[in-house]
Amino acid sequence: MKAPTRDDLIDFVYEEARMLDDGRFDEWLDLWTHDSYYWMPLDYNQEDAKHVTSLLHEDAFMRKLRVERFKGERTFSQKPKTRCHHVLNRPFIDHMDEEKGEYVTHTAFHYVETRLDDQILLAATARHELKLIEGKLKITHKRVDLLNSDAAFGNIQMFL
Amino acid sequence: MSRYANNPEAIRNLIRPTEVHRDVYIDQEVFELEMKHLFANTWVFVGHESQTPNKGDYFTTEIGTQPVIMVRHSDNEIYVLHNRCPHKGTKIAIDRTGNTGKFFRCPYHAWSFKTNGCLLAIPLRKGYKDTGLEESESVNGMAPVGAVKNYRGFIFARLNKEGPDFESFFGEALSSFDNMVDRSPEGRLEVAGPPLRYMHRCNWKMLVENQTDTCHPMVAHESSAGTAIDLWEKMDKPEGTQKPMAMEVIAPFMSPYEFFENMGIRTWPNGHGHTGVHHSIHSDYSAIPGYYEQMVEAYGEERAKAILGENRHNTVYFPNIMIKGPIQQLRLFTPIAADKTLVESYIYRLVGAPDMLLERTAMYNRMINAPTSMVGHDDLEMYERAQEGLHSDGLEWVNVQRLYQEGENFDEIAVENGTTERQMRNQFHAWEKYMTMTMEGDAQ
Ligand code: FES
Ligand SMILES: [Fe+2]
Repeated sequence: MKAPTRDDLIDFVYEEARMLDDGRFDEWLDLWTHDSYYWMPLDYNQEDAKHVTSLLHEDAFMRKLRVERFKGERTFSQKPKTRCHHVLNRPFIDHMDEEKGEYVTHTAFHYVETRLDDQILLAATARHELKLIEGKLKITHKRVDLLNSDAAFGNIQMFL
Repeated sequence: MSRYANNPEAIRNLIRPTEVHRDVYIDQEVFELEMKHLFANTWVFVGHESQTPNKGDYFTTEIGTQPVIMVRHSDNEIYVLHNRCPHKGTKIAIDRTGNTGKFFRCPYHAWSFKTNGCLLAIPLRKGYKDTGLEESESVNGMAPVGAVKNYRGFIFARLNKEGPDFESFFGEALSSFDNMVDRSPEGRLEVAGPPLRYMHRCNWKMLVENQTDTCHPMVAHESSAGTAIDLWEKMDKPEGTQKPMAMEVIAPFMSPYEFFENMGIRTWPNGHGHTGVHHSIHSDYSAIPGYYEQMVEAYGEERAKAILGENRHNTVYFPNIMIKGPIQQLRLFTPIAADKTLVESYIYRLVGAPDMLLERTAMYNRMINAPTSMVGHDDLEMYERAQEGLHSDGLEWVNVQRLYQEGENFDEIAVENGTTERQMRNQFHAWEKYMTMTMEGDAQ
């Protein structure tokens, strides 16, 4: 890929969600740069990821750990395993800088997670910061804001 | 049919020296009696003073299942009031925090109250002339709780007017709070952001017991901590690479049994106790640059060393909080029903200390105690399986026998092997005491 088109960026966001729904976690891990973060704030409009609590603020090591744990034989809360399902709105392209190869998308989505007889529905917004590296789009930062991030949840097991 | 109300004998029969009856976890009548007696007779955590720093600031929460408002009055003192209008019962405040100015105003008919609860005004008051309003309960305004205590910034309340005083209820257990606050060079903590809120479909006591359950981490958390250690060891990295903060936090969960045995458990009277008497999973964190120097400056070398050398793991304050002094965390286990508990995990800033400490604290909170946490998931899984399993009629009793010694005296402070279940027995001893304390009064 030389410079991604708007459609390329939109396809990327859809494809990422599909990997999670399909459980293709190793492929999903490869979408990220080595120094990237996945951030899910706890508070509405939260700005500080480090000095107040977040729901998730995961670097490459933590993301890999989560994926390996999913697969583990002794991961009791994943016996049976959780499945998830994304429904995405068409992403907005908020920023395109072809010179630097940097792009930002904004995507509203609904997320469903199920295990045994339980099913939860979450409404959320994802902000992807993407970078073109050696002809491939990579995620440098992904921020997921839950509409009800301040509510009391039961387990949320997967990446949104 | 009521089996337990006004029947202290039946309540006592639920607790044996080495086992407890399943009804303490699954019976809704027992739960309601806990709310009426246990949570009214004991000192229950409400909030931290930094959540209401200015006059008129308030914070809404629950003591057991009782809705209350913690508010800073014009005299700068913190009051705890029942969140109920004396007119028709409307909750006065429903947002979690806010500032109400000089008075609360009920949104239904505009009765107003000073921030200490006293009735200030009623619109069209002449309508109550000669009706005897002065003799009604309503004229006193919003009812305050029985007693309030601010201990080094932490606000506790007792719902009942009469009952044990704060100092004799907690006694030497307060040393864990002291250590947490002393870790600030200024001797002061400040709440850092909102708490994590995690709903558990299990009884509140399962959470409290688990705080000193040292035989579960290497089993239930193998999936996260064990996998983390494996990944780190297999990772391509230059020799001597320092462990990242996240590894320092998670790896000690896989410590072997001897580690937990040797760390020790101390129990105090009235159901309080802590793990990590000699060392703990928090002992080996890397030093944060500049912090030790600040502590020496503030306290002198000897005292600074003593404060930082105390690395207690979990301190349970009966009935329903746990604190971690070395990382400035407090977890509140709020009962909602026999099978439903809200867990809120707060973190605090050590005023005057480097931000990096708070970074580690925030990381601990989200990694271990969030609804999105790989560690918390496996704890909750165990509680929920237990809550369901207890409905099996195969057996009716739960075993809390590990390292039991004949004739245990819970009125004495004891330090034991770190894998004992003595602290759980201590909690149930206190449970029985505070459940029946006011029940016998009922019967007379
Ligand atoms: S209910 Fe509060 S003023 Fe009427
Ligand atoms: Fe645990």
